[in-house]
Amino acid sequence: MADTITVNETAYPTPDDPRVSLLDFLRQHIGLTGTKKGCDHGQCGACTVIVNGVRINSCLTLAAMHDGDSVTTIEGLGTPDEPSALQRAFLEHDGFQCGYCTPGQICSATAMLEEIAADWPSDASENLEGRIAISGEEIRERMSGNLCRCGAYANIVAAIEEVAAGGRS
Amino acid sequence: MRPFQYTRAPSLAEASNMTAGKDTLAIAGGTNLLDLMKLQVETPDQLADINRLGFAEIEDTDNGGLRLGALATNTETAVHPRVRSDYPVLSRAILAGATQQLRNKATNGGNLCQRTRCFYFTNIDQPCNKREPGSGCGAIDGIAKLHAILGTSDQCIATYPGDMAVALSALGATVHISGDKGERSVPVRDFHCLPGDTPWIENVLEPGEIITGIVLPAPVGGTQIYRKVRERSSYAFALVSVAAIIELTDGKFSRADLAFGGLAHKPWHDPRVGECLLGQPPSDALFDKAADILLENARGFGENDFKIPLTRRTLHAVLSQATEDAA
Ligand SMILES: Cc1cc2nc3c(=O)[nH]c(=O)nc-3n(C[C@H](O)[C@H](O)[C@H](O)COP(=O)(O)OP(=O)(O)OC[C@H]3O[C@@H](n4cnc5c(N)ncnc54)[C@H](O)[C@@H]3O)c2cc1C
Ligand code: SF4
Ligand code: FES
Ligand code: FES
Repeated sequence: MADTITVNETAYPTPDDPRVSLLDFLRQHIGLTGTKKGCDHGQCGACTVIVNGVRINSCLTLAAMHDGDSVTTIEGLGTPDEPSALQRAFLEHDGFQCGYCTPGQICSATAMLEEIAADWPSDASENLEGRIAISGEEIRERMSGNLCRCGAYANIVAAIEEVAAGGRS
Repeated sequence: MRPFQYTRAPSLAEASNMTAGKDTLAIAGGTNLLDLMKLQVETPDQLADINRLGFAEIEDTDNGGLRLGALATNTETAVHPRVRSDYPVLSRAILAGATQQLRNKATNGGNLCQRTRCFYFTNIDQPCNKREPGSGCGAIDGIAKLHAILGTSDQCIATYPGDMAVALSALGATVHISGDKGERSVPVRDFHCLPGDTPWIENVLEPGEIITGIVLPAPVGGTQIYRKVRERSSYAFALVSVAAIIELTDGKFSRADLAFGGLAHKPWHDPRVGECLLGQPPSDALFDKAADILLENARGFGENDFKIPLTRRTLHAVLSQATEDAA
């Protein structure tokens, strides 16, 4: 059987050219241009997507390596009519200016909240074990792989903090 | 990227066969290899995808240690309950490196084999003896801020950039390797090489050898610290890092396992540094003596001269903190 990748619950055949990154596959092969290419070298986080529940940089992985995997992109998180909690919070807090980094920020933050819920520690955590207390410091450390050239960081953190605190669901 | 053939290795033996030739490289997380392939620093004809070969488990060993599968991700390792409780210096070192997205993809085997971040190495228009033997070393008289102060050669002054291996060196871990001649294991402290006259050889892996796991000895406890000094507080490679496992008994050092990152072509472990502390009560003079021994043969290359005093201060800070925590 042909190799397939499932993206936002639709299955697609993997590309024939092994050079195609997961990022280029999403944008150019199946037309999901929400995911952005900033650096193409794992440095900016604009290409962040969620693969099998875990956030990764889609620019540093080959689509061909993802046979059987399940990918969630920004398009899979919500719609303009029914945005996810984070999508809505980014709107309400002006968590962006140009918006280029935003899909990566939101995919990253979506997975990050799960990581905190699972009590995965970060470099900013005082203790490696036990419950993680959500703080601005924790959020900034955990989001450090998502750069924002417009410097919307303060509002990005505010948006995430609101959702993390369960302000909205 | 240059065209290449992609093959999912069907077995470990087949992965060894494929990578025994120079033109095929193993790919695990891909976060270092694909980056370098885009820059045409690496130009393999074939990639052997080893991700589906198994060895991704993290398991207890018979003597109370822990075996980390080479294909376990850096994240899986850092958040593993036993790593967090018994080997905190390892969790800390991993969490201090890269970003969550990268650590989620990066594997333990790939992390050990990651290549230097020397700007000349990653720019194919520049001379670099590591990338192109005999072309010269751009860094020795050039931009050398990230570069080594210990164990350099006149051929290459690059550093091994990783964090995880520095903690593994302090912990005395062992790398398990499989190849066509069978299995062998190598202490992490002996896994990476100094540049010498062959800077393109970075570790002891022979062609066709695949790392299958990393074994941690039974836990030793103690105060464990990973201190990473970098140019911003997150998401940057180490200028200097120190992994320390310290114990005091009756006010004197009874354990001092120390390894250093950012200083050399390999995680730096000089047994004399820890030994000089043993049996002594902590004092500024003692910490200075440890730094003197560590830095005895240190040499800067202009831009990285600052690393010599920075290493001294970082060691001092770590030993002071460890002594306070242990007291
Ligand atoms: C922007 C950025 C920032 C980073 N910051 C840090 C940092 O601060 N600290 C840090 O430590 N690291 C950092 N890294 C590096 C990152 O940790 C490595 O890229 C990663 O650990 C490599 O693992 P991988 O599985 O993706 O390796 P791959 O890219 O798949 O492979 C790397 C090399 O290892 C070989 N290899 C892989 N697995 C095996 C095996 N089992 N046996 C034999 N050979 C094998 C491959 O052939 C290849 O040559 C950073 C990377 C990026 C892109
Ligand atoms: S330091 Fe090593 S890697 Fe850097 S240019 Fe010189 S030879 Fe190349
Ligand atoms: S485009 Fe992938 S990290 Fe920048
Ligand atoms: S909003 Fe412009 S880059 Fe972040």
